[in-house]
Amino acid sequence: MITAILFYLFAAILLGSATMVVSSRNPVHSVLFLILAFFNAAALFLIAGAEFLAMILVIVYVGAVAVLFLFVVMMLDVDFEDLRKGVQRYWIAGATVGAVLFIELAAVLGGWKLAPSAEQLRTSPVPSGVSNTQALGRILYTDYVFLFQTAGLILMVAMIGAIVLTLRDRKTSRHQNIRTQTERAVSETLQMMSLSLGAGTTASGGYLRPKETEPEPADAHAGHGHDDHGGHGHGHH
Amino acid sequence: MAFLDRTARSFVLGELVAGMALTLRYFFKPKVTINYPYEKGPISPRFKGEHALRRYPNGEERCIACKLCEAICPAQAITIEAEPRDDGSRRTTRYDIDMTKCIYCGLCEEACPVDAIVEGPNFEFATETREELMYNKDKLLANGDRWEPELARRLELDAPYR
Amino acid sequence: MYDFFHNTDIGIVLLTFIEALALLVPLLIGVAYLTYAERKVLAAMQLRKGPNVVGPFGLAQPFADALKMLMKETIIPSGSNRLLFLMGPMLTFMLAMLAWAVIPVNDGWAIADINVGILYLFAISSLGVYGIIIAGWASNSKYAFLGALRSAAQMVSYEVSMGFVLVTVLLCVGSLNLTDIVRAQQTVWFCIPLFPMFVVFFISTLAETNRSPFDLPEGESEIVAGFFVEYSSMSFALFFLGEYANMILMSALTTILFLGGWLAPFNMEPFTWIPGVVWFVLKICVVLFFFLWTRATFPRYRYDQLMRLGWKVFLPLSLVWLVLTAGALMAFGWLPNA
Repeated sequence: MITAILFYLFAAILLGSATMVVSSRNPVHSVLFLILAFFNAAALFLIAGAEFLAMILVIVYVGAVAVLFLFVVMMLDVDFEDLRKGVQRYWIAGATVGAVLFIELAAVLGGWKLAPSAEQLRTSPVPSGVSNTQALGRILYTDYVFLFQTAGLILMVAMIGAIVLTLRDRKTSRHQNIRTQTERAVSETLQMMSLSLGAGTTASGGYLRPKETEPEPADAHAGHGHDDHGGHGHGHH
Repeated sequence: MAFLDRTARSFVLGELVAGMALTLRYFFKPKVTINYPYEKGPISPRFKGEHALRRYPNGEERCIACKLCEAICPAQAITIEAEPRDDGSRRTTRYDIDMTKCIYCGLCEEACPVDAIVEGPNFEFATETREELMYNKDKLLANGDRWEPELARRLELDAPYR
Repeated sequence: MYDFFHNTDIGIVLLTFIEALALLVPLLIGVAYLTYAERKVLAAMQLRKGPNVVGPFGLAQPFADALKMLMKETIIPSGSNRLLFLMGPMLTFMLAMLAWAVIPVNDGWAIADINVGILYLFAISSLGVYGIIIAGWASNSKYAFLGALRSAAQMVSYEVSMGFVLVTVLLCVGSLNLTDIVRAQQTVWFCIPLFPMFVVFFISTLAETNRSPFDLPEGESEIVAGFFVEYSSMSFALFFLGEYANMILMSALTTILFLGGWLAPFNMEPFTWIPGVVWFVLKICVVLFFFLWTRATFPRYRYDQLMRLGWKVFLPLSLVWLVLTAGALMAFGWLPNA
């Protein structure tokens, strides 16, 4: 009883928010409605007893994919009025494409044949003692392991392809090597010297930045990041 | 080799652990906070706090309206008007300090030839309205009367260095 | 009585409600005192005393703060998206509470002991980013938006390595149920055999909760306060509570995954006398202390270094460790349910 009520509730919200995704004026609202739709779909999965699928739906679609959608939509600042300008001119073309698609879909659905054993499979009892996570795992990693791995491989190729296409190592880019930055030790940059009072550092080789004209002093510590001390005769601490 | 050494070190998180050990040591150290309204830190005799106009021991006000303080005040917080008094001495008729402008630099105190305007040890003179911070001559003289023993002592202590 | 609560519909709903209250009320008090503890711990590490005026040892400070917060004016910027602006903090707070539904505080003491508990937690924590993005966008302010972008990128990045750490633990347990995960640590807590993953997980939780040294989204020295610049009064308080509730939640998760949940440190007489809840809370407190400790110790990360740490250090590290763990489990026949 309660399950039925919940099912219709979630299904109604799902359909409503799905409608709002396409009809909402504000694109950000559209994405938020899309998220609501995902949520209700997850709830429907839960009602059907597929808790693993429900959680994965939320993690993958809501937690990652929709975040990126939201990112893009928020950054792009799409002006819908602008997009709708040509509606009156192009509606015939649009409607034609839509009609063709609709007819094709209808044809596909009309020719849809159920496998003869599908009806029995649906009514076959869920194996007891096995949670649906385990059941899914058993199928995915035994019968369909090849397809599963292939799908993963395709995704990886797509990812690498996207990176290769977009990554350009520009000559002018100010690339920072964080490794060298973090490995910079105190001993490389700072030299502690004990100077007699008022003596200055020139006598002991000097830590001042070497002048362009002068040959660099033999001391190894000369000119290491002490440029802001230039000109002062005091020892540094 | 140095590369391996560094990599190994960074994976052991030695620096992070050292940092955390330091803060943990500090966690158990005695605290240096002064429990302010109940405890107060020592104040140097040169502390520049609330202003006061001082008097001579016979009750005559010190200020001779030379306006040096007004002239030197970098924030132009001091306003002085002066007229000869009935007995012919030159005195101020108005001596205002806008405490909201004052930057407590102490130049007025240094400029004063007769040690009349001084900055006292009081730093707790917060008010609830802005108007209360526009000090006039009465307020400054009242301050002087209130803090005189301390003001005199501070001047005495600081005198060798002036 | 038992019959009513377990066999009638109303009874079950009522029981769940009571259970939720019994969990949330101590949790909220815990959140309030976490703010107090943070101020005290930070103060102690900086040689200060921290709040000590309101009440004995300043113990009433959280309530004074809460009152102050409530008395303030709620400001809704005129250029903001009103509905979403208010939804942001509510979402953050709600999600922080929602996740507690599956946390087992003792053997069998969970409101919903579901099969995919760990996935549920992961799902809820990955939703946390929405409150922040929505708040940042709806505020219609550049600082808020920058903060929101930073936080979204950060949370999404660290979730990946966190996911691998979770998978490593799950490999050793063979179940997605949180109670099972704790029970699997009866002999040895996972923080010992999986120590590197424990460290990675802890650091990732710091990033996930936007805590120092990964508090870039707030970044008060560069982008004012990040995504909640425009918030005041109660809406700000909700963000604040949400952040601290998330800290407690992440500590609870660390406890369950690596520190043996409600289990006593040694399965011996004097330790087992103390009820599991006490151990659970104690462990959470220790992890929380680490949260505060790191905040007192480390300066804020630079943003590119943060991203590098997530993608170029933690991700490969956790991947390699995952493979190693799986290999070891296979090789030595330690696989659970095998």
